[in-house]
Amino acid sequence: MSEISSNLKLGAEPLDLTADVLVIGGGPAGTWAAWSAASKGARVVLADKGYCGSSGATAPSGVGVWYVEPNPEERAKAKSSREALGGFLADHGWMDRVLDQTYENVAHLAQWGYPFPTNERGEQVRRGLQGPEYMKIMRKIVKQAGVRILDHSPALELLLDFDGTVAGAAGVQRQDDRPWSVKAGAVVIATGGCAFLSKALGTNVLTGDGGLMAAEVGGEMSGMEFSNAYSLAPAFSSVTKSAYYNWASFTYEDGRIIEGAGSQRGRSVIARTLLTQPVFCRLDKADEETQVWMRKGQANFFLPFDRAGINPFTDRFPVTMRLEGTVRGTGGIRIADTTCATTAPGLYAAGDAATRELICGGLTGGGSHNAAWAISSGYWAGGGAADYALALGDKAHSRRLRGAGRAGLRPSGAGFETAEVVRAVQSEVSPYDKNLFRTEQGLSDSLTQLNGLWRAVQGRPDSATTAEGALQARQAAAMVATARWMYASARVRTETRGMHKRIDHPGQSPELQYRLLSGGLDTVWVKPDPTSVAAPSSKETVAS
Amino acid sequence: MIELVSQSRCIECNLCVKVCPTNVFDEVEGGAPVIARQSACQTCFMCEVYCPVDALYVAPEAETSVEVNEDRLIDLGLLGSYREAVGWGPGRTPGAAKVDASEYMQEKIRKTLH
Repeated sequence: MSEISSNLKLGAEPLDLTADVLVIGGGPAGTWAAWSAASKGARVVLADKGYCGSSGATAPSGVGVWYVEPNPEERAKAKSSREALGGFLADHGWMDRVLDQTYENVAHLAQWGYPFPTNERGEQVRRGLQGPEYMKIMRKIVKQAGVRILDHSPALELLLDFDGTVAGAAGVQRQDDRPWSVKAGAVVIATGGCAFLSKALGTNVLTGDGGLMAAEVGGEMSGMEFSNAYSLAPAFSSVTKSAYYNWASFTYEDGRIIEGAGSQRGRSVIARTLLTQPVFCRLDKADEETQVWMRKGQANFFLPFDRAGINPFTDRFPVTMRLEGTVRGTGGIRIADTTCATTAPGLYAAGDAATRELICGGLTGGGSHNAAWAISSGYWAGGGAADYALALGDKAHSRRLRGAGRAGLRPSGAGFETAEVVRAVQSEVSPYDKNLFRTEQGLSDSLTQLNGLWRAVQGRPDSATTAEGALQARQAAAMVATARWMYASARVRTETRGMHKRIDHPGQSPELQYRLLSGGLDTVWVKPDPTSVAAPSSKETVAS
Repeated sequence: MIELVSQSRCIECNLCVKVCPTNVFDEVEGGAPVIARQSACQTCFMCEVYCPVDALYVAPEAETSVEVNEDRLIDLGLLGSYREAVGWGPGRTPGAAKVDASEYMQEKIRKTLH
């Protein structure tokens, strides 16, 4: 498998491996997938863009988990709690499955030695996970299961056999300038969402690569209009932990209170104000007892303040809202069945790379549902991929393969500057008045820009002569693709539902209570998901 | 962003080179790793948590590089402060095992704010 190496002329000899299952991405979903596949007897390789254990949005953070005791009353309450917020697009069957599987898998974590705290009755409290500890244990467990981990090894493209079935992936080892390829019976994409290099905590490895790779082999997306999550953070900082802003007062520079501004319902007011002037904040609604608990609860929330010499309870500090895109959005690769297979044969998807609408519709937050989804969907995708691969047997590795990657990888045409493309995409997806407050005019203008960028990334990237450069170019292409599915879907959803806000369509339309699929590369399409409740018979909208 | 690799503390284990998810450091033969791609730093603090000798300092500023002074960081107790908060290192209890605050906080959010 020398296609990548001949294409990029990298220094080191290629690393060519075979496996039953290849997992791309080593965050929560990827590690659960790898463990699950290995537990079924599959030989597994896991490739992470960074380091499996520190990569992704979970590792540097603390997350709540949608973990609910299996008693009918509590489960019913848990399922209904966010249904309205999510715009009634979730599916009760999937919610039940995720609640069951998460409950079971978190018990494994306890057995593996995750140090859950205990309450006053001496029982373990299993509703939260500290990222560094959680991911350190997952790495250890995955290695113990015999999985081969390739760190700093971003995948750049999927490999197909000559029937068009996914049969592996290829990429680069960025620290060694070495191409790699893995021939595999099945592939799991667990590359996370896309936050467009916004520096929201832990998200700069999350650039939508999995979505692009999936689309190149026939995968589809779902819910890409639910892609405009922003999180509050001190203006100078990366720490996007929003919960404690429930105790905040928000003020203009001169100290006057900004009416209606708030962490949960008043985010739009904050965003609107930020369009023209700085917004200041002080957590002055927290009494002393609460302050003590807050410190115990989230050490990393206080880290930027302590280091900048700010007391957030008494000092005013400037805040911003950082884009978290589909990381805290719910859109992602379409899930085709209960094994988390995609619509591309041989390809599975899990975690934030996949749609999370099935359990939370059009709205989620950090952790919670996303964390439960990563655990469950990772487990199912790994198991499904293992069954599929093991059924292929030896045939899997005798197939002749070809690389499926195009944009940013196999140039056709004029050159482009990677950094320039990244800046141009960010200038369409980051501004609140484009992505948070959406209008037909704004979306259509942005799509014109983004379609131009898509044509540009077909060309020869300035940076792609090294492994690192190739990765940057491919990430730029993935962000352009992601942004186009987002805005094409947002244009078709002519209403306000979940996190998707249309200024020109402020109400929720009962006749649009269905999920939207999207996809396509040179031509982007959007259509109703025929499997979601109340979807009209398939009518496709070509959006570009 | 990452601002300091302490030359006096570093034991050249290169763990930071290995764990940095955005590949910011480069190994140096016979010396401490260097910050080779500072602008790629996503200010996630993971290198600090893994550094066994508290030789690294990630400043809270995510967008701009700031001057730091090692002696002053030590005086302020900031070198290694996050690893301590996470509860990693010999003789420490993992922060994850400490008293659970989520129940209290959720109750508080419900009662005082809604």
